[in-house]
Amino acid sequence: MSTPAGQAGASGEDRAAQQPRPPSTGDQPAVLSPVLTRRWSAPRSWDIDTYRRLDGYTALPKALAVDPAQITELVKASGLRGRGGAGFPTGMKWSFLPPPDGKPRYLVVNADEGEPGTCKDIPFMMADPHLLIEGCLITCYAIGSSFCAIYVRGEAVQAIRRLTNAVEQARAAGLIGKNIQGSGFDCDIVVHAGAGAYICGEETALLDSLEGLRGQPRLKPPFPAVAGLYARPTVVNNVETIASVPDIVSGGSDWFRSMGTEKSPGPKIYSLSGHVERPGQYEAPMGTTLRQLLAAAGGMKDGIPLKFFTPGGSSTPIFTPEHLDVPLDFDNVAAAGSMLGTTALMIFNETVSVPWAVWKWLEFYKHESCGKCTPCREGTGWLTQILRRVVSGAGVPADLDVLADAAENIQGRSFCALGDAAATPILSSFKYFRSEFEDLISGRAAPVIDARELVGAH
Amino acid sequence: MNSPAPTGWDATEPIELDVPQQAPPQAEPIPGEPLQGKHNPRISTPKFLRLGTVYDELTRQRAAQLIAKYPQSRSALLPLLHLVQSVDGCVSADGIEFCAEQLGLTAAEVEAVATFYTMYKRTPCGEHLVSVCTNTLCAALGGDAIYTSLRAKLGVADQETAGTPGEPGSVTIESAECLAACDHAPVVTVNYEFYDRQTVESAAELVDELQAGRRPAPTRGAALSSFKQTELELAGIFTGEQLSAEVAVPTASEQTLRGNTYAGEHAQVAPAMPDSYQMPDKPEPKS
Repeated sequence: MSTPAGQAGASGEDRAAQQPRPPSTGDQPAVLSPVLTRRWSAPRSWDIDTYRRLDGYTALPKALAVDPAQITELVKASGLRGRGGAGFPTGMKWSFLPPPDGKPRYLVVNADEGEPGTCKDIPFMMADPHLLIEGCLITCYAIGSSFCAIYVRGEAVQAIRRLTNAVEQARAAGLIGKNIQGSGFDCDIVVHAGAGAYICGEETALLDSLEGLRGQPRLKPPFPAVAGLYARPTVVNNVETIASVPDIVSGGSDWFRSMGTEKSPGPKIYSLSGHVERPGQYEAPMGTTLRQLLAAAGGMKDGIPLKFFTPGGSSTPIFTPEHLDVPLDFDNVAAAGSMLGTTALMIFNETVSVPWAVWKWLEFYKHESCGKCTPCREGTGWLTQILRRVVSGAGVPADLDVLADAAENIQGRSFCALGDAAATPILSSFKYFRSEFEDLISGRAAPVIDARELVGAH
Repeated sequence: MNSPAPTGWDATEPIELDVPQQAPPQAEPIPGEPLQGKHNPRISTPKFLRLGTVYDELTRQRAAQLIAKYPQSRSALLPLLHLVQSVDGCVSADGIEFCAEQLGLTAAEVEAVATFYTMYKRTPCGEHLVSVCTNTLCAALGGDAIYTSLRAKLGVADQETAGTPGEPGSVTIESAECLAACDHAPVVTVNYEFYDRQTVESAAELVDELQAGRRPAPTRGAALSSFKQTELELAGIFTGEQLSAEVAVPTASEQTLRGNTYAGEHAQVAPAMPDSYQMPDKPEPKS
């Protein structure tokens, strides 16, 4: 039976016309490929009846019919890479789990979406929670887990409701619980609310938080695959990653690879925000460029030119208009000096002061630093103070050297990636916009803020 | 400075929380001006209010229900802290002891967790918690102006309440970090329900309504309730009928569906799946 992604009932001819689907070319608008997002427009898309009507829960029986190891092999063959930022190959992550020893192992879904600019997982969980649930069930089966926790950031209350409702619907339908569909496979899923800590998006901090501790990162190794939740083998994956699994099981790895690039296959939800005419969620093949996405999104707001953007959240080095044609996939973005991150494209026009934006971001990192390691805890505090001085017009020429020196000493010397991320806006903005900082110090540019009217209680 | 927690200390005993009063909050340090002689907010002993709450049987039952969800009981600590907040409007000294008692932890262990997370409040919250995103992107699109104007309108500092906490129409305001709704910037939430694409004027109207005891509908999300009610749901306590009503409220905004809409208008679909494919073999066991 054919289960076309996108529209039920596409004919064979349509399929021939559609495949293969490389990223769009040149400056043409992006050619979108709704796979993960394809049910979002359906009325009551969050309901199990809608999900089932649109091919939902058809991958699960297919998965339960084969050996769990075959699912891991399939995901490896698909080339799926983690959608939470790091881009680690998902199948390989699963295969790092030691052989079963009869004791528990766990799946933890990272739904602690908090990276500035990132806004894909929360609308996802609100719109199609059952796709995530089905992905959790298949993944648990593949890795031999019978307990899955979905750790959702606490502020996402409506997403938590939709997920809770979906878990209850699936339980009532016999899809969660004991001996699922007569397979002998047991699985329970718990929806867990966080309590407002960006650091809990770091996988080991998330595990500590889920264990009822302060959410501080753990030293690695051991990696969660060996000693994760309750010191047992654990897979931690992002929402979009786990939600990609059912369609890979339905369509196979070749189908998945018919989208995107060789090393970054599949579709990706690009989140456009900021000074763009039509901000929103656009799902396109990996490797689509910002120029193409902007063309689909109506261009820059009011025609004011682009000044800088983040390819994947505030923790990824900023890009400038010269990077509009960089294919937004893991390797091409890395080759251009940044990271794909969460494909959170925050778009800023010429009216925005770069030093101001960097200062605001640093206030965020300072607020969210967990305090465990000295470079990050102390460093973010000092960087923030110096940046405040610079943007309020009280900076001195030595400030820029101190900022660069401190940032370089935080990067690579912190306990986890938050410290690296905090240094990133400073180092990447110095690369392209150092003169803006110099102008604030020399007085050629007026202060961006009045020091006595600092906004926020960071 | 350290919490008194000698060996053998009984978590169920009333604890001495009569620590020195924290100095009143001061203005942000002026750039370049040393902190000498001033209170340093980074070095202080957290204080939890003693409200004298006695948690009723229902709350105890709910606590037991939450603990039963997890393979290990301590995993229920974050939910339990949300639960006591749904009763008190903040995490009180009584709430700390309640959580410790339920989980067999010391009060110090619970305090350490409660002080780490932004959503656990140490002073009673208003009927409504208004959070304004002041992170870079929302700020650039007007979030800072919204926050500043609401603070001035309410006449309170960050995390402070206009009106009597818990009473109808009382409003607590905070500046928030990224709320993961950047395509709807600038974003305000009330009890964590989204009020998207706000302006200084619309946010002022929203707060006027809240203060008048009305509850305008969120842009995306269920009908507005109260901070305490939302905290109960964050703990993981739902009633069937209420949940059914809440999930049925549409949330698919124009922004959320923009890619879908564009793809529909341009007849763009993903490649169709094949009728069948060969599942990879099980790998050979490693010798």
